[in-house]
Amino acid sequence: MTSYDVTRRELLAGTAVAGVALAGVNLMPEFTSLAAAQDAAPAAAPLDIVLRVNGTEQRLTLDPRTTLLDALREHLHLTGSKKGCGLGQCGACTVLMDGKRVKSCLSLAALAEGREITTIEGLAQSEELHPLQAAFIERDAFQCGYCTPGQIMAGVACIAEGHAGSPQEIRQWMSGNLCRCGAYDHIVAAIQDAAAVSSSVGGG
Amino acid sequence: MTTAIIGKPLSRVDGRQKVTGQATYAAEFDQPNQAYAAVVRSTVAAGRIASIETAESEQAPGIIAVLTHHNAPKLAYAPHKGFTDPVVGERLHVLQDDRVNHQGQPVALVVADTLEQAGHAATLVRVTYAPETGTTDVTRVEPVLPTQQKTDQGSTQPPETRRGDHEKALAGAEVNVDETYVIPRENHNPIEMHATIAAWEGDHLTLWDKSQWVHGVADEIGAVFGIPAENIHVVSPFVGGAFGSALRTWPHVTLAALGARAAGRPVKLMLSRREMYYGVGYRPHTVQRVALGASRDGRLTAILHDGYEETSNYEEFSEALLSASQFLHSCPNVFTRHRIAPMNVHTPTYMRAPGEASGVFALEAAMDELAVALNIDPVELRLRNEPEQDEFKNLPFSSRSTRECYRLAAGRFGWDRRSPEPRSMRDGRLLIGWGMATATYPMNFAPASAMARLLPDGTAEVASAASDMGPGTWTSMTQVAAEALGLPIEQVKFSLGDSRLPKTPPHGGSMTMASVGSAVQAACRKAREDALARGGANDLAAAMRRIGQAVEATADSAPGDASKRFSMHSFGAVFTEVAVDPDLGETRVRRIVGAYGAGRIVNPKTARSQCVGGMIGGIGMALMEHSIVDARNGRVPNANFAEYAVPVHADAPPVMDVIFAEEHDPHVNPLGVKGLGEIAMVGVAPAITNAIFHATGKRIRELPVTPDKLL
Repeated sequence: MTSYDVTRRELLAGTAVAGVALAGVNLMPEFTSLAAAQDAAPAAAPLDIVLRVNGTEQRLTLDPRTTLLDALREHLHLTGSKKGCGLGQCGACTVLMDGKRVKSCLSLAALAEGREITTIEGLAQSEELHPLQAAFIERDAFQCGYCTPGQIMAGVACIAEGHAGSPQEIRQWMSGNLCRCGAYDHIVAAIQDAAAVSSSVGGG
Repeated sequence: MTTAIIGKPLSRVDGRQKVTGQATYAAEFDQPNQAYAAVVRSTVAAGRIASIETAESEQAPGIIAVLTHHNAPKLAYAPHKGFTDPVVGERLHVLQDDRVNHQGQPVALVVADTLEQAGHAATLVRVTYAPETGTTDVTRVEPVLPTQQKTDQGSTQPPETRRGDHEKALAGAEVNVDETYVIPRENHNPIEMHATIAAWEGDHLTLWDKSQWVHGVADEIGAVFGIPAENIHVVSPFVGGAFGSALRTWPHVTLAALGARAAGRPVKLMLSRREMYYGVGYRPHTVQRVALGASRDGRLTAILHDGYEETSNYEEFSEALLSASQFLHSCPNVFTRHRIAPMNVHTPTYMRAPGEASGVFALEAAMDELAVALNIDPVELRLRNEPEQDEFKNLPFSSRSTRECYRLAAGRFGWDRRSPEPRSMRDGRLLIGWGMATATYPMNFAPASAMARLLPDGTAEVASAASDMGPGTWTSMTQVAAEALGLPIEQVKFSLGDSRLPKTPPHGGSMTMASVGSAVQAACRKAREDALARGGANDLAAAMRRIGQAVEATADSAPGDASKRFSMHSFGAVFTEVAVDPDLGETRVRRIVGAYGAGRIVNPKTARSQCVGGMIGGIGMALMEHSIVDARNGRVPNANFAEYAVPVHADAPPVMDVIFAEEHDPHVNPLGVKGLGEIAMVGVAPAITNAIFHATGKRIRELPVTPDKLL
């Protein structure tokens, strides 16, 4: 695992070292016990951070508890990245961080400073769709479309990682992205199509 | 003029929006000065709120309001029954009194400036309960007859039906099967969690909501708040899956509107994944006894199908659990009995193929057991019991392609190479099993309206308040409209998902194309005829140029008396191959072939997506899905995607084949469509468990078939 695949546990470890004022903050309100909540300190002061998203620097003042996903959706109104669980279990929030796929619901916005973040909104070159986006339309690789941005971002990474060599390999390396409409068959076909395009133009 | 756009495998008209992140779902309509809400939920299943302490929560940073039953406004809750509400009972009222009816019931609402502040402050509300002994153990509750039962056509029928004398026939049968089948509670789990943004302007309310029925939301919230439904504008252009969970208007929509009123600001409320198990319905736990009697030559002489399902103690939910057993196979003596098990749980609701997914599982599993007992091929057994007409309604079928579906699917599958003995087929150390089942789902058609507006530039705008939770309504309606107008698809813009558009029935029960499609076709034909008449031309473009202004038409569609003359259903056949690891008990589905007689297929591309999606749903039902309910307190300990397993990429079979039998049914509706969304789910689970029996010799009658059950 590279250091970019930030998990919540790693984040907490990292913040302890860095001394960022996160102690006592309730990161997972759903799972906080009553006792833990009673001990919770008041929220830390807002943080001024700069996020680099789709090539543009964005200055934000955020609650330190803000996840990267919520920063994108609630503060930058880049709602292409989807929230499907907030627990890193569904993959709908997948974005690229320095080219690697991460689940943005498990990443704190404050710790994404200095990283190059690419969301679904930044994938197409103006009017021209990324080959995987085009393949998703052609293959009807979605129904409701809600998991689609995460599938596409994960699929772009899957191809770049060299994990799109066969349908079986794609199925394994895409299994972190759930599709409840059941479009898997078509998603795999779309990734194969896009992988063929990218290998024919020499990578990318 | 026909342009033959219906039937073309077109890519989705909203595809570009969906792959670029521009498709906007409920929680994504951010409003100026918007606040955020979080719900505090009960931790007991039954009792009263003894105390509720909000001071600490109110003092947390950014808090705007904390609402409980002490300070929430008393709401009108005027009598209201929507099409998707249970016929008997009364909806859950929120924050109106101290009663707790189920685990996870909302007991307080926190509104704050930010999402983080709301979520944190919700943990600071202290609630104590005076618990009572509730009913939360489905294995111990005594089922009772419901007051009324909804049939697949939405009307009611008695909880017991019979023809002939099943008792005598069962007693005298040459061969019998008598088994009980259990399906646990399952949750819809769409990837988009339910969300509502509510904004008041005086006594007018706008709701951006995840909904399969925008007019249902307006009607219900109007009744709850005691304001005219016309004052409520509901917007829901994209729905991130729902599968039934967004058919009703659940309490969180009321909470969002309450929060917005208390805050005096727009409020966004998105449920957490865990909350999705405590307030947006589920497929109820069912227990079904099926007894079959047959002659040695494989003719059914008796069917007894006796089932019950869980419901809440404030509403009698019921679904068409037993309908298929009344007509799917020919049989002179049939008895069905439907009961309910009221408990301290929140009310279940329709989930993809409600009734049929569960009921046909039991029937088709029992049919497979009968085939084994008779030593007759499972397809042959069904062919020997193919009815000439609907023997329950005594009506001919408007169309029924079961024979063709068996033939097509079996042929594609290679069924004739099946070795009938269990455990007789292997791939290395893996046990291979082939199984099949029949599928059916009613053709539903309810009144709908649509508007078509032709513009002088030769383009058209067509609209109806329909929904698209994924099947492709945006695209298929554009096709229907373009064909009826005689325009290329690029010149037609269809709109949906807004309560200001013409009314439709709920987007469920596979009825959208039959209902809304027929209205769209009628409105478009009317607009075209009007334009040609007024423009005095045979060419629409020339006519519109001459008229120089918009020509608008609205039309309603409604079912005629066809249901008095015909029994109208889709039929299908599902064949599966599984590989079972004899040491690990793990089942992998390797192939699924489904053939469907579903009338006219408007868009074969999106139709295939619906069908493979239903197959994936069926794999989840057969092998994985189970909302565990703690019998002590109604809590769902696996209320998340890590512990409630759904199929992932690696679970999808390498081979998925969908075949549409050619069908022309002039009786069902003007378009000749019978619906696809539900039937795609029906028959998959029994085809898989029948294949597991063939692979292993073990008959698992309680879903899901997890490895422990095969070891």
